[in-house]
Amino acid sequence: MAIFINKETKVLVQGMTGSEGTKHTGRMIKYGTNIVGGVTPGKGGQSVEIAGKTLPVFNTVAEAVAATGANASVVFVPPKFAKAAVMDAIDAALPLVVVITEGIPVHDTATFYAHAVAKGTTRLVGPNCPGLISPGLSNIGIIPGDITGPGRIGLVSKSGTLTYQMMYELRDIGFSTAVGIGGDPIIGTTHIDCLRAFQDDPDTDAIVMIGEIGGDAEERAAAFIASYVTKPVVGYVAGFTAPEGKTMGHAGAIVSGSSGTAEAKKVALEAAGVKVGKTPSETATLMRAILNG
Amino acid sequence: MDLFEYQARDLFEAHNIPVLAGAVATTADEAERAAATMGGKVVVKAQVKVGGRGKAGGVKLAVDAADARIKAEAILGMDIKGHVVHKVMIAQAAPIAEEYYMAILLDRANRDFLVMASVAGGMEIEEVAHTQPEKLARVSIDPNIGISQAKALEIVKAGQFPENVQTDVADVLLKLWAAFVAEDATLMEINPLVKTEDGRIIALDGKVTLDDNADFRHPDHEALVDHAAANPLEAAAKAKNLNYVKLDGEVGIIGNGAGLVMSTLDVVAYAGEKYGVKPANFLDIGGGASAEIMADGLSIILGDSDVRSVFVNVFGGITACDAVANGIVQALEMLGDKATKPIVVRLDGNNVLEGRRILNEAAHPLVQQLDTMDGAAARAAELAAK
Repeated sequence: MAIFINKETKVLVQGMTGSEGTKHTGRMIKYGTNIVGGVTPGKGGQSVEIAGKTLPVFNTVAEAVAATGANASVVFVPPKFAKAAVMDAIDAALPLVVVITEGIPVHDTATFYAHAVAKGTTRLVGPNCPGLISPGLSNIGIIPGDITGPGRIGLVSKSGTLTYQMMYELRDIGFSTAVGIGGDPIIGTTHIDCLRAFQDDPDTDAIVMIGEIGGDAEERAAAFIASYVTKPVVGYVAGFTAPEGKTMGHAGAIVSGSSGTAEAKKVALEAAGVKVGKTPSETATLMRAILNG
Repeated sequence: MDLFEYQARDLFEAHNIPVLAGAVATTADEAERAAATMGGKVVVKAQVKVGGRGKAGGVKLAVDAADARIKAEAILGMDIKGHVVHKVMIAQAAPIAEEYYMAILLDRANRDFLVMASVAGGMEIEEVAHTQPEKLARVSIDPNIGISQAKALEIVKAGQFPENVQTDVADVLLKLWAAFVAEDATLMEINPLVKTEDGRIIALDGKVTLDDNADFRHPDHEALVDHAAANPLEAAAKAKNLNYVKLDGEVGIIGNGAGLVMSTLDVVAYAGEKYGVKPANFLDIGGGASAEIMADGLSIILGDSDVRSVFVNVFGGITACDAVANGIVQALEMLGDKATKPIVVRLDGNNVLEGRRILNEAAHPLVQQLDTMDGAAARAAELAAK
């Protein structure tokens, strides 16, 4: 198994005819991801040839789903048009929508996230994320497919390149699924969603969780781990030595109640029984120690 | 982007939120003229993007224009928590009867927007939030529903505003919400929102943060950027679309992806403890780094006189290591004799063998390659110590 995506996942690419969309569609097809078509408003009815595969293009996600039976999409649409693309996917009740696009205004994300919650039929991953990979089964997004293969570690991370680094550090062991949830202020799938899914996944034995300074998502994840997760979790937080950011006004301090520092996150995670590494390599060493009993 | 108070005032005014007359001045002359135009008592307020300026002596009452000049002279050039005051705002003084609080902000945890309103505004609002939470209304707003008149009134009542101001305060809240949406803000705070002795409700001080991602639909926001504040290296980096922050150490850092660069800062800081050196900067060349971007980044870092060694840490995901290696070689050719500092490179990931081969073949005397992030960080720290 794996979480969220597997061999059966049928994927649409929103923005497939753009240069980024075309490039990454080719990479995903070569990996073995089951890409079934693309969506570009105004280009419906055309078909394009990518990596030896002829793919139909549709005007809307609903049309694409009706024709192909797609159950996921990956969004490469530029920031200006991203909100409309994601709303289209949510309206078509697509079960999984992975938003790679970087630079979407947060008011737009707040709008489509609220729409997804109200409809209750779509899991959003991202925006501003590298996507997710279940090695050997499916790869949706831009995570390089050749870092490592299938295994029994689950990984969840805000950061793209730190995801790659950690997969590389533990490449001899392999992963069930690695999810890059993205670093934007509002994201669809959280650390907690992934921790829950990994805990419930019989093919995942241990979990790596990577966080960054800012916000209090890691603190909330720590509380969730204490109450729900029985599998071993190893953590890493980037930004121990980052200069303290300035806060504007009182509102932020009143709301988060946390400084958002790496140290505060480490303390919260350790209190929940998570072993936290000071560097990526130390974090990998902690994971090895756990898996070797 | 965080705005200055005077910019927030102007923005509020543009959205019909009641404010007092205000003008910005960069010299004592300008301050005097602005005060004369306004007439009567004015408040001279340091314009800095940091809290606690009142306690630091950055806000002073002036009885007339001549006095405004004296007060402006004292405040201009003042250092408030590391922020030098280049501008003051001259604001009309108002007799204040009561101080309230109102804010709308992005709520990351709830993934929506949050309104906060309290009858107990002023400098101690954070204290009120802790000790008398019942006096601070906190209401989540669904971005697809917004704030109706009825909802605004409900919030104001929950914030324990007295009955005789509820309608006016609710009206300010509706206008603040409209401004928050129209300007793509992530924070709009009015503190204090005051009732004057003659019963008017006025936004006396404001904090506004705008979402840079939305700049494409707000060409007017460009005029709000404070170009004077940027460090010259930061300004050069910004012009090249690089995400660069100057720090106070000696090891220059270049990496791809914010998370990996932050992690690199940590690893270098740990390795540097032994040698008494720290990271000199944060520089993220982003996901699709080309040779040109690498060359731009390297020339900015080598232009920093504090830098004694450079650590290039790249994990090629989309970025191909051969492009990074070519960028390093090209940057060194461009810089010629100006490049004098050792560069430690660690490449992994996409096309790593080709990347390493390119650097080996170029065999530049300043460049050395290491296989691991930890090993390369240690070497860069050691080189910065010499």
